[in-house]
Amino acid sequence: MSDHDETRTDGGGETGMEPTFEAAEYADGSVTYPPHTVSPNGADRTGSIDLREYEARVVTWTTSTATPPGVREPNTLAIVEFEMGDGYDGPPVRALGQVADRDGSGDGSEDGDGEQFGVEIGDRVEPVYADEIREPGAGIREPDSQEWDGFRFRPVE
Amino acid sequence: MERVAIIGASMTRFGQRDAWVRELLAEAGAAALDDAGVDGDDLDHLYVSNMASGEFEGQTGVSNALAHDLAATPAYTARIDQTSASGGAGVYNAWQSVASGASDLTLLVGGEKMTHRSTSEATDVIASLTHPVEYKHGVTLPSFAGMTARLYLDEYDAPRESLGKVAVKNHRNGVDNPHAQFRKEVDLDTVLDSPIVADPLRLYDFCPITDGSAALVLCPESVAEEYVPADEYAVISGIGGATDTHVVHERVDPTTMGGVVDSSETAYEMAGVGPDDVDVAELHDMFTILEFLQSEDLGFFEKGEGWKAVEEGVTDRDGDLPINTSGGLKSKGHPLGASGVAQVYEIFEQVTGDAGARQVEADTGLACNVGGFGNCVTTAILEGNQ
Repeated sequence: MSDHDETRTDGGGETGMEPTFEAAEYADGSVTYPPHTVSPNGADRTGSIDLREYEARVVTWTTSTATPPGVREPNTLAIVEFEMGDGYDGPPVRALGQVADRDGSGDGSEDGDGEQFGVEIGDRVEPVYADEIREPGAGIREPDSQEWDGFRFRPVE
Repeated sequence: MERVAIIGASMTRFGQRDAWVRELLAEAGAAALDDAGVDGDDLDHLYVSNMASGEFEGQTGVSNALAHDLAATPAYTARIDQTSASGGAGVYNAWQSVASGASDLTLLVGGEKMTHRSTSEATDVIASLTHPVEYKHGVTLPSFAGMTARLYLDEYDAPRESLGKVAVKNHRNGVDNPHAQFRKEVDLDTVLDSPIVADPLRLYDFCPITDGSAALVLCPESVAEEYVPADEYAVISGIGGATDTHVVHERVDPTTMGGVVDSSETAYEMAGVGPDDVDVAELHDMFTILEFLQSEDLGFFEKGEGWKAVEEGVTDRDGDLPINTSGGLKSKGHPLGASGVAQVYEIFEQVTGDAGARQVEADTGLACNVGGFGNCVTTAILEGNQ
């Protein structure tokens, strides 16, 4: 666990810091990804946890064939739920993310570079860092307004 | 609090139009004023529901522009943006302006011009409502729909064909809507054989990109008969608005739209009715899966049973609870800011007995307008005065 003031929300490639998959922890014991100002019940934020340390299960997934500018095509996406351990009794901790390429590429180019892993509901997955998930500036969003690196998911062997 | 009546309504033809957003808004606005028998300078308030005229067209300031075009100055104006639920949010604001006593006569016009943009560009404008951690992964509203549809089919053991039957039903309804973008029936095989867009959903599970506009004129019920005969106006007997999480994956049950549940509870309580009292409904079928989710979250059917209602014909035009007699967003089209207004237009036509070939027996109707992927929702209940 680390002080949330000293970490980045997601990734960290541009700062030279080691990329983290940062979720927020709150005074009521709940955890959310992404971090918010307060918990779903309004409790103050107390710190951060790094979701790289956790495995997750696929809640659902899709393969999108009509992707927006700067996004690989096709684009397999999954919502995953992290296994937070028996001591955690807060709301589910989930994330949405791209399913990783089999060749491990992470340059975010639109041709997808190659085959993406196949996943099914219930599959176990782990986060894998990619330095550019989507091409900054290709879409409508201001490139400097957010980070573009982050974590994809690949099946656990 | 004043009870609020709708005394005039209109919608333009939806589809690919040569007109730009200002012209579309003026077309529907002028027609609604004419329908109510009033002029622009009679208005106290004028609202424009519009998600993204600046992003799509480079035209901002649309509410002031419309006030000028309709000779409505010095009416108070505001633009209402609630993404795909801008229309429903506009209905809420227009209702509020009259119910509060701030306005004695309000015009609401919803409109959007989209078809000059490519599908990729339009999809990105809409997806810009997402959180940064969603946007960077290239998530789109259709991909949310694909993921939710997969989970729904898995959890409730629903057949893929049931989603296709929503598209078939709504296209069949759209044939009789002269304003609809698509007035053509499609069969189930065509739906199920169409190209995959967001697995397991295919092209015919999605609404089109559309230009169009719709409008309503509202006043206190106490003076409605000064404008139109009693059987030509409808009352907004209940209305509610609610939000759900911005980040979609944070919802405890991804197949439940909390904003639909909460907004409808408010609307039902205000109207003093329940789901069983609703005779006809317009739901936000931007994707076929949304018709299942909303029909359950509005209390029409038990959770996980909405698909069975479609299979059994309950929601057909001649069924016990007709849903999307207009053809829905699926067939009628989805010009973002116009859609919530056009939903209320259809219910207004139904409860005043003016829906022509689409007419069903209806004293009470409901419209549910969804923004984002359930992020923000309004539900309105209308009662006729026949």
